Amino acid sequence: MTERGQSSRGGDKRVLMCGNEALAEAAIMAGCDAYFGYPITPQNEISAYMARRMPDEGRVFLQSESELAAINMVFGASATGQRTMTSSSSPGISLMQEGISYLAGAELPAVVVNVMRGGPGLGNIAPSQGDYFQATRGGGHGDYRTIVFGPSSVQELADCMLLAFDLADLYRMPVMVLADGILGQMMEPIVLKEKPRRDLPAKEWALTGAEGRPQNIVRSLWLGEGVLEELNCTLRDRYEQIQKNEVICEQHDVDDAEIVVVAYGVAARIVCAAVQKAKQDGIKAGWIRPVTLWPFPIEQISKAADELRIFLVVEMSNGQMVEDVRLAVSGKAPVVFYGRPGGGVPTVDEIFELIKQLTLRSKTPI
Amino acid sequence: MKTVFERTPTLKDCPTHYCPGCGHGIAHRLIAETIDELGIRGRTIGIAPVGCAVLAYDYLDVDMIEVAHGRAPAVATGMKRTNPDKIIFSYQGDGDLASIGAGEILHAGHRGEQITVIFINNAVFGMTGGQMAPTTMLEQVTATTPKGRTAAGEGYPLQVAELLVTLPGTIYVERCALSSVAQVRNTKKAIKHAFELQLSGAQGLSLVEVLSPCPTYWRLSPAKAMEWIESHMTKVFPLGQLKGGR
Amino acid sequence: MTAEGLYEEIVIAGFGGQGIILAGRLLAQTAMLAGKEVTYMPSYGAEVRGGTANCMVVIAEKKIACPVVGRPDSLIVMNKASLNKFAQRLKKGGLLVMNTSLIDSEPQLDESIEIVAVPADELAVELGSQKSANMVALGAYLQKRGYLSPDAAAQALADVLAERHHKTLPVNIAALHKGGEFAQRHCPV
Repeated sequence: MTERGQSSRGGDKRVLMCGNEALAEAAIMAGCDAYFGYPITPQNEISAYMARRMPDEGRVFLQSESELAAINMVFGASATGQRTMTSSSSPGISLMQEGISYLAGAELPAVVVNVMRGGPGLGNIAPSQGDYFQATRGGGHGDYRTIVFGPSSVQELADCMLLAFDLADLYRMPVMVLADGILGQMMEPIVLKEKPRRDLPAKEWALTGAEGRPQNIVRSLWLGEGVLEELNCTLRDRYEQIQKNEVICEQHDVDDAEIVVVAYGVAARIVCAAVQKAKQDGIKAGWIRPVTLWPFPIEQISKAADELRIFLVVEMSNGQMVEDVRLAVSGKAPVVFYGRPGGGVPTVDEIFELIKQLTLRSKTPI
Repeated sequence: MKTVFERTPTLKDCPTHYCPGCGHGIAHRLIAETIDELGIRGRTIGIAPVGCAVLAYDYLDVDMIEVAHGRAPAVATGMKRTNPDKIIFSYQGDGDLASIGAGEILHAGHRGEQITVIFINNAVFGMTGGQMAPTTMLEQVTATTPKGRTAAGEGYPLQVAELLVTLPGTIYVERCALSSVAQVRNTKKAIKHAFELQLSGAQGLSLVEVLSPCPTYWRLSPAKAMEWIESHMTKVFPLGQLKGGR
Repeated sequence: MTAEGLYEEIVIAGFGGQGIILAGRLLAQTAMLAGKEVTYMPSYGAEVRGGTANCMVVIAEKKIACPVVGRPDSLIVMNKASLNKFAQRLKKGGLLVMNTSLIDSEPQLDESIEIVAVPADELAVELGSQKSANMVALGAYLQKRGYLSPDAAAQALADVLAERHHKTLPVNIAALHKGGEFAQRHCPV
């Protein structure tokens, strides 16, 4: 069995891996003790990879009978202090929401990967960003949050798995990694390398058998008057800490930009190419890419909106993150949305043309 | 003075919230006695269901978790797979195990998870107000079968133990009752055997179904409720070692 | 195409079983080993066997923005259906490598597009392995484009070919070279 922070596959070498396999290997490197999951496209490479690799590392892999069971297996393993994860795609994540809410309520760490596909309903298996609301608003019932990463490259996907496990343990809550069909399926050269890790408290709350100590109870039920309110307030304070400390956001050329394009995940790569093209065309364009979708980079976007400039939000959905951008901009600047839902992927030229039109229009006297 | 009977330490010294005549208190005591007699408090993790026994952790002094309705066997799976040296048991009612959690118990049994399941069958949903359970008897009046359960309308009572017997992954299935002193003693033996099997590393799931009184929603006195188990329930849910004798 | 300016978007397409995915992965692996940036994106349809297969590869000197190829610089097509599906998406001045063993008609394309017509199946059969037609086509493509050599691909092949198929390494390597030689002879740069 390899130690936490190690994997027999890690090293400095560049390797070509698809996103699904890279995130799985990164989870092993992060010390994931157990993986539970149910098949669904486009993330099946994760469970196939884990089925091969986890036993090699002396760890647990189990294919569950459903997503309901998978998230509850995670719930059980996590309650005993193990690092654990599951993965699925949109419809399966809907089924897991009950369990995610219970994880949040019971203050249990876990990592949940959603390789998003088109929806609603069974939708299709094409890449999509349609689950932003579900992921960033908690998704299940009750008053809670999950930390959500929206990586845009295979390397970043792997890197954020390492961080996801640490933050889950640090804040005792579920952390979601929100990828999409492209990111899961595409291959890129990556380096699977250990990153500096957080100092983590011992899991004194874990169920390990009450040998020589009082009983530990893991629960999300608090019937006493005011007790649940107290728990919710504790969670709120924790969420405020996270909002303050854990925002990750990339921004380029925002200061002198007349237009700022905001996008995350794969859409941000397309935006990046379109912005480069616009700059070559003489347009003062910049871009902001939230890496954490919750906590959302409110401050960064609000600051960018202090100067009058156009905000363009590009998503592979009918417009979900755009609501967070509007909240952050808070009426200080116009926010325009462009989306391709249902598995549509915007092209660089589509976005470039839009940037051109928007910047032209802003110069036209009314 | 000689002590002839004392509370077993793993059963906490506190009143329960259960109704007068309810069987949960007896079942809790039998589990607590088993844990103490086997000396496994320090390596046991219990799982409380959603239902009347949702607060079981308030009465059983072992590490415990409270889980979503019906999902206890999946939670137990996650625990046991990552902690093969721990003794994992779930405590589930008929709504929890036979209705919403039918999938989880079936598949945990099918996989042969090395866990112990204590299944309390009182033929009714208690906590939510006496609605029909999958195990409700034909003609039994509940909040949601006001004219009595009919086979044509709601189907026959579900015999979970008999279903689980058919799975190669189950190693021990017994149905007991709390209807008399003799039956309570027999139930204790069955529960203890189920724990011992897990302790011995036996490969598979063990389940003890316990026919338990619910005087409140059967609209019977506690004494009559005990009689009703024997006169009515055991006809549909016959007692006995259905698989893997002790 | 200068070295600094290299930004090559390629689509490889054919029917399932023609080794489209392997050809794409080999191209990506070869590019990575040469120190280039690369993305590889397979189609992941519901069909498991048969049907169409395609993949998109982007190779560049700098960080690659978008892994999804709308308008490829180069297109390698192994059957007629794929030619019909993708040919019109080729960029002006682009390169079409087509397998004339399975494509009998001349495509109607912009005259700026260069065509390498390679009888990939026939050349592979000459080597004793029709399955290596994908390698013949890839070898021809690499030779024509020149930023990576068929030999570099030959050296990367063992990395992407499943170990149980390693006995086919020699014939596949020969196929890469054969495709390269064909392109050099018939369509010199």
